Amino acid sequence: MANFTPVSAAIGGALIGLAAVLLMLFTGRIAGISGIFGGLINPQTDDRGWRAAFIAGLIVAPLSAVFVGYPVPMPQMPGSFVTIVAGGLLVGFGTRLGSGCTSGHGICGIARVSPRSIAATCVFMAAAIAVVALTRHVFGG
Amino acid sequence: MPILASLVCGFVFGWGLTISGMIQPAKVLGFLDIFGIPSGAWDPSLAVVMTAGLAVTGIGYALARRRPPLFANESLWSTRKDIDHPLITGALLFGIGWGLIGLCPGPAIANLATLSGRVIAFVIAMALGMLAYDLWHSRSAILAEHGLAGGAAQAPGADG
Repeated sequence: MANFTPVSAAIGGALIGLAAVLLMLFTGRIAGISGIFGGLINPQTDDRGWRAAFIAGLIVAPLSAVFVGYPVPMPQMPGSFVTIVAGGLLVGFGTRLGSGCTSGHGICGIARVSPRSIAATCVFMAAAIAVVALTRHVFGG
Repeated sequence: MPILASLVCGFVFGWGLTISGMIQPAKVLGFLDIFGIPSGAWDPSLAVVMTAGLAVTGIGYALARRRPPLFANESLWSTRKDIDHPLITGALLFGIGWGLIGLCPGPAIANLATLSGRVIAFVIAMALGMLAYDLWHSRSAILAEHGLAGGAAQAPGADG
């Protein structure tokens, strides 16, 4: 397991949890990124302020990391431009239809032992594992 | 104050994604590739991220349940318990997209900071997918209101 980084993973995971807890303590909201971003871009939303602020903080964080000398790698993603767009459409539509993503269901939902979030997380994990198996080991080289 | 608090929370969340390495789609795919277990190429980091995140959130939420939020009138906990078709179908579609690219919404948005053209294309497509859902959802809600058959007439869920 040459790529395993348990210490930074534990610290980073704890910070993600801390952010979720603080958002609930401060604003009473669930830290689900698909819900926050989906609400921000929906023309019928009337509470854009806190959503825009959270998203701004999310983007400024890696910039500040670079600023203080913490390495932020350029994202490496497989696939053609068409695959990128198809993946984006599936993630956008799927997270709204399923009312949550890795953060909303995977962290916030499971943390309060929600049966919906446990079911959703099992399904999206299994689907993603199956897709990686197919693209890397069946159709890939 | 709620705006500033949200900014801080997003900032802490973004640092969590950066330090954990989950901002890198290749690392996420390294976890999802379970066929890498026998060869030793598998990267279990995402499981550690989730475990640590769940431990902190579990304890913190238990405390947060006892008090109203500082800058809002009430806490918006989801009360739904039903495991319905939209939840499962949505999770399935999301999982397929996540497995194709290795990006879920949080890291996708945080990666806008890198100005990567491929990430920008992904986030635009993700936004269009979300808007397409909103359009489809409101149309089928109107159809259902008029007694016409249509798919999702339920209130939008707010799990996350």
